[in-house]
Amino acid sequence: MTVARFWRHLPQRYNMVGTKCETCGRHFFPPRTFCPDCRRAGKIVEHKFKGEGTVVTFTVIHTAAEQYSMLTPYVLAIVKLEEGPQITTQIVMDPAKAKIGMKVKSVFRKIATDGESGIIHYGTKFVPVE
Amino acid sequence: MRDVAVIGIGCTKFGEKWESSFRDIFVEAGALALADAGLSGEQIDAMYVGNMSAGRFIGQEHIGALIADYAGMTGKHIPSTRVEAACASGGLAFRQAVIAVASGMEDIVVAAGVEKMTDVGSDESTDTLTGAADREWEGFMGATFPGLYAMIANDYIHKYGMTREQLAQVAVKNHYNGARNPIAQFQSEISLDTVTKSTMVAEPLRLFDCSPVTDGAAAVIVAPLERAKEFTDTPIKVLATAQASDTIALHDRRDISTLDATVAAGQRAFKMAHLTTKDIDMVEVHDCFSIAEICAIEDLGFCKKGTAGKFTADGETALGGKIPVNTSGGLKACGHPVGATGIKQVCEIVQQLRGTAGKRQVDGAKIGMTHNVGGTGATVAVHILGRV
Repeated sequence: MTVARFWRHLPQRYNMVGTKCETCGRHFFPPRTFCPDCRRAGKIVEHKFKGEGTVVTFTVIHTAAEQYSMLTPYVLAIVKLEEGPQITTQIVMDPAKAKIGMKVKSVFRKIATDGESGIIHYGTKFVPVE
Repeated sequence: MRDVAVIGIGCTKFGEKWESSFRDIFVEAGALALADAGLSGEQIDAMYVGNMSAGRFIGQEHIGALIADYAGMTGKHIPSTRVEAACASGGLAFRQAVIAVASGMEDIVVAAGVEKMTDVGSDESTDTLTGAADREWEGFMGATFPGLYAMIANDYIHKYGMTREQLAQVAVKNHYNGARNPIAQFQSEISLDTVTKSTMVAEPLRLFDCSPVTDGAAAVIVAPLERAKEFTDTPIKVLATAQASDTIALHDRRDISTLDATVAAGQRAFKMAHLTTKDIDMVEVHDCFSIAEICAIEDLGFCKKGTAGKFTADGETALGGKIPVNTSGGLKACGHPVGATGIKQVCEIVQQLRGTAGKRQVDGAKIGMTHNVGGTGATVAVHILGRV
């Protein structure tokens, strides 16, 4: 991912800042600037997510794209955040212990490196809650 | 609206075509379709070309013009348009051609699909295909295409308890059919063991649950039904064309293992054709991964949600079963040159309806269906075709 495209997302990726529609109360992460339910009647404001959620489904990736191949095997999951939205993320854990329904919380982690001399991308991953 | 018919089809052999270029393979498919319809190039009024990512795979954009040029169509300056919807690009190109003829705007229209995927290495093709999902919020987090479908598979298995063997039967059946299709990339039958012991890609999906990276092109020619007899004794009527969209990211779906766009497009197609699942003699569904075929036959209504594993293992989707699925060998055995797949599906159904499908012929086939998916279900195109 290019530097410009990545920097545009720093608050969201580093701090799990999404949005919320004040008209209907629905939360969005990744952030949306337009509420698909209320459309123009929606009022979108910033919302900081708690970073807690439940694993809806997951897989263990064995064959990955180049920047992620050093991480294999890794757990990729869809997590339902407490506030409602679902996100795709990695769960930092022993892949053999991953389970649907597992409670998880967000942590700040390195995501990938762009090539050998490229920039390091940081962002949010999740870990199991004991 | 005018009735529309398919009057010609052409498809290259699918596979690793390192000796041929992108333009070579398209020209081959186009020439086969023209010959099949007994047409000359001057009679063509317009072209729609399905292509997902020539820009990434071969570094070439502006595919509409390129194809028109190398197909020798620039003399008449016909309109040629590229259509992109990831792996549903071909299905949408066909739909655009049908709409153009149905509207009365054009008469003889080529719908084609082409992809040259083996000119790049596997890291680059994996990364390019990830562009069919949400690059910023799925791909960035380490999601791959097999990974996303693997999450669909795990959700499905968790909810409905399908066995690993039932899932593997999809690939076994499609290789059996592919072994009877001269254009298929893989022409050997495989056993359950081949699937369940192959390399793990993204749990629970193994290498033989996944369609391969492939080069290939396919073309069909459509015309007003009232003119079809000028060109062919066996015109195949387009009974329905339907398209639906859904969220680009899998995580935003209502239900991870139901493709709502398939449900919507399927219902729209049945309504348009005034038909039900019982009227369909065979269907080509988008089996980019074995789990995708399981979801597709349920979402289209051929069996109840949660039962497709048993339905498949019982042979109901095999040749001679209740509803033969992917008689061509599907994406799994034919190969999946992403932009070409939707057109190849139409070619297969047309062959079945003409009664020229050889060893994979469905006896007395009268009505067939195609189902082409872009991404993890963000775009779906469904078509129903019938004998006249």
